[in-house]
Amino acid sequence: MKERFYVKEGLFKSLSFASALIIVLICIAMFVVLFVFSYPAIKQFGVVHFILSDAWNPVRKVFGGAGAIYGTIVTTVLSLIFAVPVSLGIAVFITQICPHSLKRYFSNAIELLASIPSIIYGMWGLFTLAPLMRNYIEPFLQKIFLPIPVVRCLFEGTPLGIDLLTSGLVLSIMIIPFISSIARDTFELVPKELKESAYAMGATKWEMIKDVIFPYSKIGVLSGIIIATGRALGETMAVAFVLGNDHNIHLSLLKSSTTISVTLANEFTEADFSLYLSSLFYLAFILFIMSFTALGLAKFLLKRMKR
Amino acid sequence: MNLVKKRKIKNAIALSASVFAAIVGLFWLVFILSSVLIKGASSINLSLFLNDPVPPGIPGGGLRCAFVGQAIITLIATLVGVPIGVLGGTFLAEYGRYKKYSGIISSLADMMTSFPSIVVGVFVYTVMVRPMGHFNGYAGAVALAIIMIPIIVRTTEETLKLIPWELREAAFALGAPYYRVIKDIVFRGAATGLFTGILLSVARVAVETAPLLFTSFNNSFLTLNPNQPMPSLTVTIYQYAMGPYEAWHRLAWGASFVIVLFVLVMSVFGRWIISKRYKNG
Repeated sequence: MKERFYVKEGLFKSLSFASALIIVLICIAMFVVLFVFSYPAIKQFGVVHFILSDAWNPVRKVFGGAGAIYGTIVTTVLSLIFAVPVSLGIAVFITQICPHSLKRYFSNAIELLASIPSIIYGMWGLFTLAPLMRNYIEPFLQKIFLPIPVVRCLFEGTPLGIDLLTSGLVLSIMIIPFISSIARDTFELVPKELKESAYAMGATKWEMIKDVIFPYSKIGVLSGIIIATGRALGETMAVAFVLGNDHNIHLSLLKSSTTISVTLANEFTEADFSLYLSSLFYLAFILFIMSFTALGLAKFLLKRMKR
Repeated sequence: MNLVKKRKIKNAIALSASVFAAIVGLFWLVFILSSVLIKGASSINLSLFLNDPVPPGIPGGGLRCAFVGQAIITLIATLVGVPIGVLGGTFLAEYGRYKKYSGIISSLADMMTSFPSIVVGVFVYTVMVRPMGHFNGYAGAVALAIIMIPIIVRTTEETLKLIPWELREAAFALGAPYYRVIKDIVFRGAATGLFTGILLSVARVAVETAPLLFTSFNNSFLTLNPNQPMPSLTVTIYQYAMGPYEAWHRLAWGASFVIVLFVLVMSVFGRWIISKRYKNG
């Protein structure tokens, strides 16, 4: 009887240990596989040259990742510019302004945005948002910004609605719940005594938020923003619908472009010779490194904050 | 007096900006849901569920094969992912609770939940589709399982850590081995939480698109054999929405309606279970 317990105990323990280990194995295997398969392209084009060259030409067998990397970074930065102020406003609203009885419903509603699948964002972006951008918002922006000398190069070209600006907007809606829920959680960690002492000094609510809550929770908010960056970098479907697939670099936000993930989605099954496929693996490898760095940094900051 | 007024005005402006941000957030939610539900509802009919796709131009096609394929892929992914995820999470919360390396594994799992899902698709393509020589449903299911495992590991770990340590000690004192304690005390106490966590994770992964693009691919015929390319709702939506035909767009909207409804029902149901349990406890 006792021996059977030992056997079962050992079996259960090693099974569960193996399952936990699978996480590590998958990570390592992904790294190795991506590296091995992108090696021919790394050898052919080098690291710096591949990142800086925007020549993506399957016919001439020349590949450079700059177009896709540029699109990835620009859409991510745009989405952060749109999402960060809104998310912080939402977090302030939930923790400081919202009546207590509505708090839970409102938080749930915002978190619902995170559970809408990305393909739905893509559908909605293509059929609902893009026409609105094309017909109303982008002509309006052009009317304002085209007369201004330097800013005008960001808004040149025919507004099509399928461009960097629309993609950034769709991405920003997707990452709002991630930033706002982490910001909300860290805002709620601020000790009551600190807030009350600010009020006792005669501070208004906004002064208390600005001088007590924001400084106290800056690391938490920062890590939330970095997690959202990691999400935005690798998002595929939502962007694939509204970005087009253009490897050239345009300064204008009203031009179509591509990101690493969109390039993979569009070209991976069509790559018909090994160098092409290897270059796509190279792009995937770069994306892997980028998001791993971002997510690791966020994790590190959160750990330090908890301590 | 003037300064006080200035500060009060600043306060009012900042707070109304925050309320405005909240309205913007709600506005996007309502805008997206309503446009999908309104456009989708008009495309819902019986033939969407009962018929297979027909060539463009012929009326009366449906997406039966995609519904079936999606169900099969999700089922296999769940069968692979849930046991591994639950066991892994159990290890992190029980045997390895105070070990340093389980902290690292837990962080790694947390990072993987935000990982680009298309890279997982590329990875599974290399290790499964290439050696097997053709796109197949198993590869799609494995890709979904790889995304599912870290999510379930994390929810399991968090749920099990909520069970008070004293309960386990009481069982140890009766002479129970650890695996019996986990099975009869910890899992039983955490059953509702575990179930909800798993349900929400499966629902979240079931509607992924990117990892299926290069693994299960697509197919416009009904197939029950996961060793063949398998259609899924999400990939079909991608293909149909990007296509040129009005009838395809209508089918894509119908499928989107079903997916959004599924996600809404799942998350409301999950929250309902949690809140009910919260009240009883």
